[in-house]
Amino acid sequence: MPPTPEAAIAVDDLVVDRGGQPVLKSVSTRIAAGSVTGLLGPSGSGKTTFIRAVVGTQKVKSGTVEVLGRPAGTKPLRSRVAYVTQDASIYPDLSVKANVAYFAALYGRSRSEAMGAIERVGMGDHAHKLAANLSGGQKTRTSLACALVIEPEVLVLDEPTVGLDPVIREELWDQFRGLAEQGATLLVSSHVMDEADRCDRLLLLREGRFIADDTPADLRASTGTANLEAAFLHLIRELEKAN
Amino acid sequence: MSLRITFITAGRILRQLLNDRRTVVLILAVPSLMIALISAIMDAAPDVFDSVGLILLAFFPFMMMFMITSITLLRERTGGTLERLMTTPTGKLDLVGGYAIAFGVAAASQTVIAASVAYLFLGLETAGPAWAVFLIAVVSSLFGMALGLFVSAFATTEFQAIQFMPVFVVPQLLLCGLIWPRDQMAGWLQGVSDALPITYAVKALTEVQTNPEITAAMWRDLSIVAAAALVATVLGAATLRRRTN
Repeated sequence: MPPTPEAAIAVDDLVVDRGGQPVLKSVSTRIAAGSVTGLLGPSGSGKTTFIRAVVGTQKVKSGTVEVLGRPAGTKPLRSRVAYVTQDASIYPDLSVKANVAYFAALYGRSRSEAMGAIERVGMGDHAHKLAANLSGGQKTRTSLACALVIEPEVLVLDEPTVGLDPVIREELWDQFRGLAEQGATLLVSSHVMDEADRCDRLLLLREGRFIADDTPADLRASTGTANLEAAFLHLIRELEKAN
Repeated sequence: MSLRITFITAGRILRQLLNDRRTVVLILAVPSLMIALISAIMDAAPDVFDSVGLILLAFFPFMMMFMITSITLLRERTGGTLERLMTTPTGKLDLVGGYAIAFGVAAASQTVIAASVAYLFLGLETAGPAWAVFLIAVVSSLFGMALGLFVSAFATTEFQAIQFMPVFVVPQLLLCGLIWPRDQMAGWLQGVSDALPITYAVKALTEVQTNPEITAAMWRDLSIVAAAALVATVLGAATLRRRTN
């Protein structure tokens, strides 16, 4: 794959084993700066493993992952890359505000910036509630605020919209789009196909391999299908035929 | 390592602790109550209480720090916040330092209350100054924190973390000279006792108890506890992995 100068994330021949089982079987891709890339695939396909490799918390067997031109997870990247884990990684015994203010402070951001991020995820009315007493969707949004507050250049989100109200989901996707327009690079995993159309580019992961790396429009065109769910199915059938 | 991040981390951990009012009350009140109980049990032998009560003043903070550190850190590990922190500018030593400061403050508050109760109301007497007792208690508590940090890496549930108490804490209690004089134990057991850091905390306390002046032996014993705390901290920090499977 030819290197593109504007790639914010560059993955080459990445192989990851977990517990002796291959999870990622030599995957490569380029993710352009200032774009929203959707990482789609069924659960167990390796989405979280791929994401953890990008933020540098996953032990890798071979291959390289570079973010903003540096090896993933290295020190200079830690103030430029934010990671929102699948299960809300926040402190249940702290309030929403204390959680966001803590992560904000780690990056030298103020409490008022923390409140701004809380407002942006629609949690302003709950800022003083303990995180333990929040609903699942509210916890997810708090976790998201902890990442948004640092205005990262690269934002990596693992299934951020699971269990959210459709209205809030819509608002979040608008925010993701807004961040990308300001130049941020977003990698968002999802297993909901109806979110795929909101991405600039899609990575379809199945059994540890990318079976597609394309724009939504090109994916539909090349498979001759009307929706992405059908396109995904088409690709899987083609692969099975080929085997 | 960043001092700023260390203090931010300590602030966060203290805030978590303060949000749990019941735990705060238990931390501050239980040691005093236990020492008062021991004093009542030993009503007829105040000189025995002078040595037992004194040892408990250092042992409680050690035990408390071990417990709360192992459980809080286990929660960080299993709740995903540790992984998240490892993607932020927080260094391993910032995190460990934050824990040491936050729980050190908790242990110091506990010790001040328990020591005040023991000296003022229970008639505890030492030849040496109370500040030396306080210092030994705080250093012992930091050793407890470091040990808890290390042990949290080997527990996958809070239930398991609690089960490490009999393994790491109780032997030190039994062998430090509290329940039986060390020189009357089986020879091999004295050897084991010599290898346990809390033994030296007790030796330092005995120095304070018997000498009006601070002795070189007290500083030596206290440095051994401090060195053990440092070694356990390094081992504990080594269990914080940035990359995991």
